[in-house]
Amino acid sequence: MIISLALYLAIFLPFAATGLLAALDRWPNARDAVSVVTALVSFGLALTVLRGFLGGDGGSFSLLEVMPGLPIVFGVEPLGMVFALLASGLWIVVAIYAIGYMRANEESHQTRFAICFALAIGGALGIAFAGNLFTLFIFYEALTLSTYPLVAHKQTPEARAGARIYLTILLTTSIGFFLPAIIWVWTAAGTLDFFPGGILEGRVDPAVAPLLLALFAYGIGKAALMPFHRWLPAAMVAPTPVSALLHAVAVVKAGVFTLLKVGVYIFGIGYLSHTGASLWLAWVAAASLIISAVIALTKDDLKARLAYSTVSQLAYVTLGVALANQMGIIGGTMQMVMHAMAKITLFMCAGAIYVTTHKTRVSELTGLGRQMPFTFTAFLIASVSIIGLPPLGGAWSKWFLLMGAADAGQTVLIGVLALGSLLSVFYLLPVAGKALFLPPRGANTLVAGDAVIAGISEAPLLCLLPICATALGCVALFFFGNELYAFLLRIPLLAVAREAAP
Amino acid sequence: MPEALFHHLPVLQVVLTLVAAPLCALAGSRWAWSIATAASIIAFAITVTLFSSVLDGTVISYHIGGWAPPIGIEYRVDILNAFVLLIVSGIAVLTLIYAQKSVTAEIGSEKHGLFYAAFLLCLTGLMGVAITGDAFNVFVFLEISSLSAYALIATGADRDRRALTAAYNYLIMGTIGATFFVIGLGLLYMLTGTLNMADLAQRLFDHGDNRTLRTGFCFVLIGLTLKLAMFPLHLWLPDAYSRAPSAVTAFLSATATKVMVYVLLRFLFAIFSFSFAFEASVLRVLVLPLAMIGIVVASVVAIFQDDLKRMLAYSSIAQIGYMLLGLALVSQTGVMASIIHLFNHAITKAALFMAAGCFVLQAGTTSIRELRGIGRDMPWTMAAFVVGGLSLIGVPLTVGFISKWYLVEAFIAEGWWPVALLIVASSLLSFAYVWRVVEAAYLRDAPEGVVRKEAPLSMLVPMWTLAGMSIYFGVDSSLTSAAASRAANALIGASNLFWQ
Repeated sequence: MIISLALYLAIFLPFAATGLLAALDRWPNARDAVSVVTALVSFGLALTVLRGFLGGDGGSFSLLEVMPGLPIVFGVEPLGMVFALLASGLWIVVAIYAIGYMRANEESHQTRFAICFALAIGGALGIAFAGNLFTLFIFYEALTLSTYPLVAHKQTPEARAGARIYLTILLTTSIGFFLPAIIWVWTAAGTLDFFPGGILEGRVDPAVAPLLLALFAYGIGKAALMPFHRWLPAAMVAPTPVSALLHAVAVVKAGVFTLLKVGVYIFGIGYLSHTGASLWLAWVAAASLIISAVIALTKDDLKARLAYSTVSQLAYVTLGVALANQMGIIGGTMQMVMHAMAKITLFMCAGAIYVTTHKTRVSELTGLGRQMPFTFTAFLIASVSIIGLPPLGGAWSKWFLLMGAADAGQTVLIGVLALGSLLSVFYLLPVAGKALFLPPRGANTLVAGDAVIAGISEAPLLCLLPICATALGCVALFFFGNELYAFLLRIPLLAVAREAAP
Repeated sequence: MPEALFHHLPVLQVVLTLVAAPLCALAGSRWAWSIATAASIIAFAITVTLFSSVLDGTVISYHIGGWAPPIGIEYRVDILNAFVLLIVSGIAVLTLIYAQKSVTAEIGSEKHGLFYAAFLLCLTGLMGVAITGDAFNVFVFLEISSLSAYALIATGADRDRRALTAAYNYLIMGTIGATFFVIGLGLLYMLTGTLNMADLAQRLFDHGDNRTLRTGFCFVLIGLTLKLAMFPLHLWLPDAYSRAPSAVTAFLSATATKVMVYVLLRFLFAIFSFSFAFEASVLRVLVLPLAMIGIVVASVVAIFQDDLKRMLAYSSIAQIGYMLLGLALVSQTGVMASIIHLFNHAITKAALFMAAGCFVLQAGTTSIRELRGIGRDMPWTMAAFVVGGLSLIGVPLTVGFISKWYLVEAFIAEGWWPVALLIVASSLLSFAYVWRVVEAAYLRDAPEGVVRKEAPLSMLVPMWTLAGMSIYFGVDSSLTSAAASRAANALIGASNLFWQ
């Protein structure tokens, strides 16, 4: 009962906070305090739900029936728990970071920004705890719409154009493919509940299952599977805290999370593996993984490079689902966590660099490490985590994905995963490497009347602290890998007694 | 309520508004609005009573003057037309509350008495069409509503002289439609010698298929589809809706075409009961493709309109296409989707046209270009517009989503995949035209030196009532989907030999 209440509050607290945020428009300090406190309380509530879940009572509640047989319900299961902790935990970090960033840049419409931010997190938490596909879809769309003003925040022609691409692609895929897929499942299975082992066994002809999976894989545009990835680079016009939280954590992770949920609880990995319906998806994901990594190599704009890196790293998760075995699912979920922690660090670093030096291009960063040692050290740590080397969290996710590929007997895919990591060495390491280990050159040495910059000049403390926290988080995740693995073993993959299915 | 009065409710609401209309004209500008509003509120109350008493499936049959059908005229209230009556009278009340300020600004005060008289006549006609169980009576009320609608549209001339040609075009087209309809009725009467709908259905069924019946069917179909603006018979609609006074557009867009869809449903499923493959094939081979083309073409045209009202008018044509798609599928879920969309679109589009009317009043324009930055000056109006727009797109938790869900479900269940995909694809077109407005309103700066204030409360309240309903019935559709599904069952049940 208490846990259900905590679950209820966890989902609706961010929405409730928006009213308060709007009312505090004229008191920026109070408003930003509310943001941070809401984030803290949300995380606390998510932890309470976790404790209940570990104790055997995850809590659940349903609101009302939108249409007959289609209620809005919420429940707790391991995947959603991980995503909820991720979204609410990193919200704290970014809420603090955003204060430093937005004020240092003197951005306008900060209240609108804070409100939409809270709405987006509420959307992400709703997705995390959604008890059926219908509920998930509602919050998925809410997340799309609430992040639109964040992307368009600057209101410049470029921001408008970027936001238009963002919204068009996400809505096109979700309404054009995702929704028909949901209705298809509804007409075929008569239910949209997430059910261990899936609900499609014996209800959808294996011959058309790949088609249904395609509607999901491309319909969940937030997973940024090529060729529907264009929205992600386009969204980089947003202020950096938005890119950090939404396009490293909430939005993109909502995409791959939805894909994981669909794979595990709608199709069921048993169904996927014995029908071979997801085999093609593994190859498409592999292609997406390699191609976007190569594109990332060519990008000089730091945020664009990070965006394509995200597209590539998300394909790892899609690949994990497509492998349709336990290691694949665990590896995919871990990749969701590890990549979030590392990529948010990278984005916040990019923002810190912009705030301090107004530089956005990789080629301009050479030697800047002497001026911003903390930022670039954090950047280095996060890069190594994304590449997948110990002792950083990313090592685990790559490891389990490799195991998954091996279990599936796909030797070529093992090669693809390795190649992806190799490419990420090339597009990520030079950024921190050149900044830290090369001497300053060009404009970086000439600031304030030809005086060579000595000494450290970092971003404001409110920007720097979150960066250090998440960089340390990348390290910590390596040492908590075993606990996470043990938790993810709880994901129910096998079908329970069929008659329990409605 | 005394039993005797209760018994006469079906006819009372029609008579009441009919009698109130000349009173409005006589009372003149000062009292006309009050009389009209009072009459429509009473009509609405009666409708609510009727609706609640037929919700359980009972059918009220009222004999005018005590003459039993098929000789006398019968008013027949079942769940389907009670639902339609609810929409019509409810929208009428809200529009009238909204109209006071809007009409004062858009129409010369000397015409107010006549305006409200015409409004009430239009309401009378629409309610009469919905409630009557007599086919010829449908035609009579149809003409009452149409003639008064022509007059109402023409009153837009005070703001825009082109309203006169718009009304004239509508008059020509509407009259052609009515002529087709009445010729069709004549053929059916020739064949059966009766005009009572239930009796007609029975006798047509006994007659079996024949050429006169087919001809009659085609005439009725063309007449009605012209009146409800099915593509390509829609040409009267964009001008009429964009030039008419804002309140009139809000009212007509939500009721006139919807009532026509109702009549079409009634004729198709209750009278030409689909015992013959002919009717079904006409629907599937002719109406269904036309509806699909109409959805796409009208949506695309809407994208390129600069005038907000014109854009919404084209959007209406597209939305009518959805209703036709549902009924042309000839399945229970399809008909249900049509009926529920009839309601959902009525409240959505009325809210949108009301927002457009607020812009006319406060900004003096409906040009999207000139409405730049309006989101900051008129936050409540624009927010209502966004709610309506999201509903047009079919975003979850709005009524538009519910409609789209049932419609797509109906087509997937029948295995008509391409149509299902077209439906979802076309909602992306509506995204395109809605978002142009949203972007202009929120992400662009207002033109220099323009002062715009928020609309008065008397306009905001009805608009937000409708916008709120667009959300409420999108979150909890139990009432509307129950009503629609029962109505669909009753209709399909009424067709005694359902075509397979």
